[in-house]
Amino acid sequence: MSKQVFSVVTANDLLGGHVVYLSPLGTWVPEVRDAELIPDIARARLRLEEVTDDASVVGVYLAEMLPGPDGPRPMHFREVFRAQGPSAHARVPEVRHV
Amino acid sequence: MYEYDAFDDAFVRARVAQFRNQVERRLSGALTEEEFRPLRLMNGLYLQLHAYMLRVAIPYGTLTGRQMRQLAHIADQWDRGYGHFTTRQNIQFNWPKLKDVPDMLEALADVGMHAIQTSGNCVRNVTADHFAGAAADEIEDPRPWAELLRQWSTDHPEFQFLPRKFKIAITGSPRDRAVTRAHDIGLRMLNEDGAAGFEVSIGGGLGRTPMVGKVLRPFLPVADLLPYVEAILSTYNLLGRRDNKYKARIKIAVHEHGIEEIRRLVEARFSELRPLFGGGDQVRLAEIRTHFAPPVFESRSDDGFEAARRSDPVFRAWTDTNLSPHRQPGHAIVTVSLKAHGAVPGDVTSAQMRLLAGLAERYSHDDLRISHEQNVILPHVHKADLPALHAALLGAGLGTANVGLISDIIACPGMDYCALATARSIPVAQAIAQRFDALKLEHEIGPLKLKISGCINACGHHHVGHIGILGLDRAGVENYQITLGGDGTERTVLGERAGPGFSAEELLPALERLIAAYLEHREGPEETFLMAFRRLGAAPFKAALYPREARNAA
Repeated sequence: MSKQVFSVVTANDLLGGHVVYLSPLGTWVPEVRDAELIPDIARARLRLEEVTDDASVVGVYLAEMLPGPDGPRPMHFREVFRAQGPSAHARVPEVRHV
Repeated sequence: MYEYDAFDDAFVRARVAQFRNQVERRLSGALTEEEFRPLRLMNGLYLQLHAYMLRVAIPYGTLTGRQMRQLAHIADQWDRGYGHFTTRQNIQFNWPKLKDVPDMLEALADVGMHAIQTSGNCVRNVTADHFAGAAADEIEDPRPWAELLRQWSTDHPEFQFLPRKFKIAITGSPRDRAVTRAHDIGLRMLNEDGAAGFEVSIGGGLGRTPMVGKVLRPFLPVADLLPYVEAILSTYNLLGRRDNKYKARIKIAVHEHGIEEIRRLVEARFSELRPLFGGGDQVRLAEIRTHFAPPVFESRSDDGFEAARRSDPVFRAWTDTNLSPHRQPGHAIVTVSLKAHGAVPGDVTSAQMRLLAGLAERYSHDDLRISHEQNVILPHVHKADLPALHAALLGAGLGTANVGLISDIIACPGMDYCALATARSIPVAQAIAQRFDALKLEHEIGPLKLKISGCINACGHHHVGHIGILGLDRAGVENYQITLGGDGTERTVLGERAGPGFSAEELLPALERLIAAYLEHREGPEETFLMAFRRLGAAPFKAALYPREARNAA
């Protein structure tokens, strides 16, 4: 039995550069748990094609994920880091300056 | 310090205005990402894993206090209050917003800085010995030459679309602190019969195909530098492969055609170009030189220095590791460690930048340097000022006494930031530094260069680390390969791979075994890790890294 591949559509936001995921509503959301987990690769490719020319994001692609208790769960560690941000020690909190 | 003239200023401001317009057109949708990408890269703006990244050149690693303060301002105003110094004497801001970048570039232009040619297939930031103009062993300050090269290569119409990126490093000292042999062109100043010249090597580079540069001209009269470098670039521009990105660097051209053939072509081109340089370059150089006049050094007593060394062991430890000989009696070169145990190598907060700017103005003739080893240097400090300087550094987390030791680690940003990375570097560096600090072993271990790269592109210079670590992705898991015996000095040796890689969990114990083997086998504290490796070969170190294999073989 071949393993089922689930996908999410992901990209970077044009303005901020931050990681975004395509939600079931077709909007771009920052949290992976809010992403649409697409169980069928053909449908995932179709979703990807629909947003390829979306001017609000850069570098759209499909990332493999699995269903988890809190929504889609990244499989590869690169996607884990993309979802989490830099490692705890390396992470610098966002400071808002006026 | 070089200050922009009206031409430089007009040039960078025109470029900022162009880029502002390009960003507006990108945001309005008039430019696609495909169209915009080369434009942003020309101005140092990358898109990384989590955000945009602006890479700003620090030519030949030199900054004034005012420039450092402006970097702090940029970090606070448009980023997250810190910057990251890289192994190529750049500073990277990791969190800019696209709309803010033109303002950041404008702020850089205000202090005579830019991000031009910090990306793309062009001549990148010219790097230099971070002790230039201060080192006791120096023949001549190489920075006027580096500035001349910067001006010549910036927006040079012939060299904007080279087969691949092109890196030049220069040193004015026979001791190579600029890793010149790992550059596309390495320039090392020599003195023959009282005349200064450059040993010119080409085709060095780390990355996926590491190679040590080969000498193209053993002694080039200094006045021939610009036409000769132009001849090299011009030859490479035609010869370099454009069919395969991974074979496009000049090192591959040297490898495929042989250094003799490259030399024949370069010399032929040089004989055409030389007469066209009518001396304008030398006039320009003379003008640039006036900006690099050595400071007026004070001669006063340094008694306080020795007294402080005697009474304060923390100060003494710091002076043992973080000072280097200055050419002026009574002075020292101070390396400020950005490697506090557990800190991110090369990261510096805006508050630390401001403090360093003030200390440079007060104690170092308004001169700061950024080293490729990701530390900050105060090049001209009177020894009498060292106790006060040290106290100020300690108070800001900048007083770590570990320069040249195992925790003074070079680490690329790795997968915490970089889109090219195959594994993380930063947490590995943090864990190693904290572990050897906890063991209280690093001063006993002595001089040791440990360098970590998070992918084969080798920004962390792992090939020339005495111990090198390369992070890879092995079947979806981070895996770390160890190389041994590398050397980035004038000897330049590429480390040899020790064997199979280690998981993140196995890496630290493996390094502890490696270091224990060194301490066991060395003839005494004066025999460094690298010396012991050269004397003994890799075998005892491999046996320590792979005890099971060693047992099976026995």
